[in-house]
Amino acid sequence: MYGLINKALQAFLTENYGAALWSRVAHALGLGPEGFEAMLRYDDRLTEELIDTAACVLDKPRAALLEDVGAFLATIEPLRRLLRFGGSDYWEFLFSLDELQGRGLMTLPDLELPELSLRSESGGRFVIEVRGPIAGWGAVMAGLLRAMADDYGALVLIEAAAPSGGLERVQVMLLEAAYASGRRFDLALPPTRVPA
Amino acid sequence: MSGDLSPCMSVLQGGLSPAALGELMPMFLWLDRHGVICAAGPTLTKILGPGPVVGTAFESHFHLRRARARRHEQDETHPGGRKLILMLLSHPEIGLRGTAVEVGPAGAEGMLLNLTFGIHLADAVREFGLTEGDFATSDLAIELLYLREAKAAVMDELRALNGRLEEARRAAERQALTDPLTGLANRRAFDGALQKAVRAQTQGGAPFALVLVDLDHFKQVNDRMGHAAGDQVLNWAAGILTEEVRRGDVVARTGGDEFVLLLRGAIDRAALQTLGRRMIARLEEPCVVDGTPCRISASIGIAFSRDYPVPEADRMLADADAALYDSKRGGRGRCSIHAAGAAA
Repeated sequence: MYGLINKALQAFLTENYGAALWSRVAHALGLGPEGFEAMLRYDDRLTEELIDTAACVLDKPRAALLEDVGAFLATIEPLRRLLRFGGSDYWEFLFSLDELQGRGLMTLPDLELPELSLRSESGGRFVIEVRGPIAGWGAVMAGLLRAMADDYGALVLIEAAAPSGGLERVQVMLLEAAYASGRRFDLALPPTRVPA
Repeated sequence: MSGDLSPCMSVLQGGLSPAALGELMPMFLWLDRHGVICAAGPTLTKILGPGPVVGTAFESHFHLRRARARRHEQDETHPGGRKLILMLLSHPEIGLRGTAVEVGPAGAEGMLLNLTFGIHLADAVREFGLTEGDFATSDLAIELLYLREAKAAVMDELRALNGRLEEARRAAERQALTDPLTGLANRRAFDGALQKAVRAQTQGGAPFALVLVDLDHFKQVNDRMGHAAGDQVLNWAAGILTEEVRRGDVVARTGGDEFVLLLRGAIDRAALQTLGRRMIARLEEPCVVDGTPCRISASIGIAFSRDYPVPEADRMLADADAALYDSKRGGRGRCSIHAAGAAA
């Protein structure tokens, strides 16, 4: 799959734990410190190895690491913006998750994002079923949904639920969609200069 | 229209409220027969404001750039709408397009317009601070804005990747054309340069000289002081040869103690001879390696492109080699120029 996902993990490790730690992980994987190229393709097994190696080096459970990665993804500004196009509030955003995979494909026709399916239950409770090419997308989504709730200014309780029927599941309790003001999001960015 | 209308049609004929119309088409305009705005969707009101919009003339806000009747293929009797291309007078850079249809029999109730920004969407969103709520749910505006940013992100990544690949390609190319010890051109790079010079000369370009330089007594330095010292001497010799030529000339190391120079531009036999002698003199100065002076010399053989009606790379190399052999046979430390017209 695209190096995009590996590259995101690389950026997460470098920014949160420093270049030295990333070098150790890269070395263990037989990579140079420059690591991954987002737009080149790599074997899926390398992603698994990368996650396991990072979890081992950081001495962190895999799920906890992936939740942190999910939260980190929501702080990457271009990605945060793309996610915010999902809806004008957190409630709409949750419903846009069904389309997340499709939106990804609209960007890159062979991008392997997980398939998400949102089920709305009573009392503001939602269950998101995650079907992804790599085990752990559920944890990534839990972290990402929590960070996006902050971004929208919504008050939520999020936890990874027990997998069922081979699907990872995330449970979201939406207590208040407009709890805080959230971060600013303008539909259009100021015009940017054309890179030389 | 005939007499028995469906309930749905009578509601439509009774008229949708401007608020309901605005919900469906936030960018609609209803003009009366005189072109005065009698209702407008909330987004257009925001764009045309501040101040009241209803009651003002269409022409005070828009310049009509083009209008064209749309043909209605299913129903020939249907009057059809008109496709409009408009420009906002307050923001001439922002274009709009839309459809206009008549309201009421023969347009008695005026005209209904539904507009969109089309390709100017992002500019308009920025300029008027539009939000998702300003667009109809059926509008693909948000998807378009999303795609625009997603595309930009992907293009940025690809552009950066291309830059890195190009840099890597150039580095690999440099490596493939460089002698790792001295940093001079290698045999491959030299062959390329020589071919180019030959081609240029046959097309009336500048003459050039091919100079073979063989270090004398280098083997003894290597044997006596080791390869590391030998390498230092080679680097020192490479430095001297590089200093003696002009920018644009090529200095290559083509073997253990063999160098080749390609000298371009205005040059004659006398100047070549002088240059050769000077290089030998400098190479005969002692080179101090680890505190021990080393002495070497050099033999030089030169072929000059002017001596050939049509220069050929192989022929010139063979002639320069013959001249080099003359230098060696003549006692080393000499410079010989291949005689014009002589066979190799």
